[in-house]
Amino acid sequence: MTETTRPDARPADGATSDGERWLAEARAAVGQDPASVSRAFALAGRKVGRAPLRPDVDPAGIVHGTVDDAARAALVVALADALGADGDAALGARLADLYQHGDTAERRGVLRGLDALAERGSLAGEGATSVVAVGRDLAADALRTNDQSLVAAAVGPFAAAHLDQHAWRHAVLKLVFMGVSLDAVAGLDDRADDELARMARDFAAERRAAGRVVPDDVARLAPDVTTGRTA
Amino acid sequence: MRIFDPHIHMTSRTTDDYEALYAAGVRALVEPAFWLGQPRTNVGSFLDYFDSLLGWERFRAAQFGIRHHATIALNPKEANDARCREVLDEIPRYLLKDGVVAVGEVGYDSMTPEEDEVFARQLQMARDVDLPVLVHTPHRDKLAGTRRTLDVVRESGVPSEHVLVDHLNETNVTLVLDAGAWAGFSIYPDTKMDEDRMVAILQEHGTDRMIVNSAADWGRSDPLKTLKTGRAMLAAGFTDDDVDKVLWRNPVEFYGQSGNLVLDPVPGFVEGDLPTPGVEFEGSSVLRGVRA
Repeated sequence: MTETTRPDARPADGATSDGERWLAEARAAVGQDPASVSRAFALAGRKVGRAPLRPDVDPAGIVHGTVDDAARAALVVALADALGADGDAALGARLADLYQHGDTAERRGVLRGLDALAERGSLAGEGATSVVAVGRDLAADALRTNDQSLVAAAVGPFAAAHLDQHAWRHAVLKLVFMGVSLDAVAGLDDRADDELARMARDFAAERRAAGRVVPDDVARLAPDVTTGRTA
Repeated sequence: MRIFDPHIHMTSRTTDDYEALYAAGVRALVEPAFWLGQPRTNVGSFLDYFDSLLGWERFRAAQFGIRHHATIALNPKEANDARCREVLDEIPRYLLKDGVVAVGEVGYDSMTPEEDEVFARQLQMARDVDLPVLVHTPHRDKLAGTRRTLDVVRESGVPSEHVLVDHLNETNVTLVLDAGAWAGFSIYPDTKMDEDRMVAILQEHGTDRMIVNSAADWGRSDPLKTLKTGRAMLAAGFTDDDVDKVLWRNPVEFYGQSGNLVLDPVPGFVEGDLPTPGVEFEGSSVLRGVRA
């Protein structure tokens, strides 16, 4: 038996039509008045629910995100459209503000919003240098935390395109440490290199020496490593 | 026994306490914003603390299966410190956030003019966003402080059923109930109020609008005082339903007025599992883990 005090926060089937309606209105409002994005960000979880997007493989919503993560990402895209082609500096400033003043869910929303912008090609080229610089700082902040959901939200398409190789490798290893599936990492095979494989092998050796389990995901980084528990 | 602890300072407590709380039946709690034991010296320190109540502490609680909510305010003691005053300008932004269920702790510490002003201003903030209010009554000169508190609440226009006046004892409970507000009791080892005295108060005044908490913090306190009060109630002849009312339904009703309680079980949490997900799960990389 579940108990909530919000009738539209049902966990079973993702966004409700009330939630979808709210999101459509909020996106339109951001189009009219970009400053309204702060309030919409704060309310999104209550309005669209917090269910995982892929409950079959990701029941905690950490690897592939949640309904409210996706809603906030859509709000970021609406914000980018509202600020327009010359809005790079303004967009960077607003995203930094949303992140700095945001709680964990809002911070995930900013990170996944950066992913959405990266995926649609908005962040390539000279017209996005400010947003990309801000995005790198925010991703670095998220990757320093100990909240799996934030770390997992910082390794998507934006990270794949814009994180430096050292930071990216450490992000991948941190996910293994935290027990979060590497399915969270966009373009894992494209950027995985010998150094990452070396780090993975050394990690596996530490685990074996400690008599502890070597997670299966280590084999995705260093195929020669034996995972699981050794006798 | 299902328990909602409506006043507990988890930033001062260890994960042993979270495990013990869950085992005792605590499934949700409210952590009020308060002071840290020594003065904050700037607004930024407050903002980082508020952020940690909404972020790290909510996450930490979820790792142990507990739904964590917070109240936000400039507390009575630091209302007197000019270095902290400007935090009042930042508080309205926090009152919109998920998991913020009241303005609090507000009220009096030594009953100074600065405390008057800060209390009144935050009561108006609560009115503006229609949130309930958690009021701390002073430990010194408590009866006078309670009277003045109720006067200020009445002047503010905040409805009395939106107000929880906490840390009460035998001398001021009637005042608060007669004013139509909720009555809060913090059950400590030895000092202030204990579970047997609490049972006597419940026998005298009934269970309507009665709220019991542990107020466990960095000092000598016991996060399981809610459970112990429940057991003392049963031993004194109260029913299971009475206990459920006082320890769950009453705080849920009071804080439910915010519209921001989240009471469904934490997804993915299994009692007794280590809080580091996946790694110890026989090497499988299938995702486990809990989300705050």
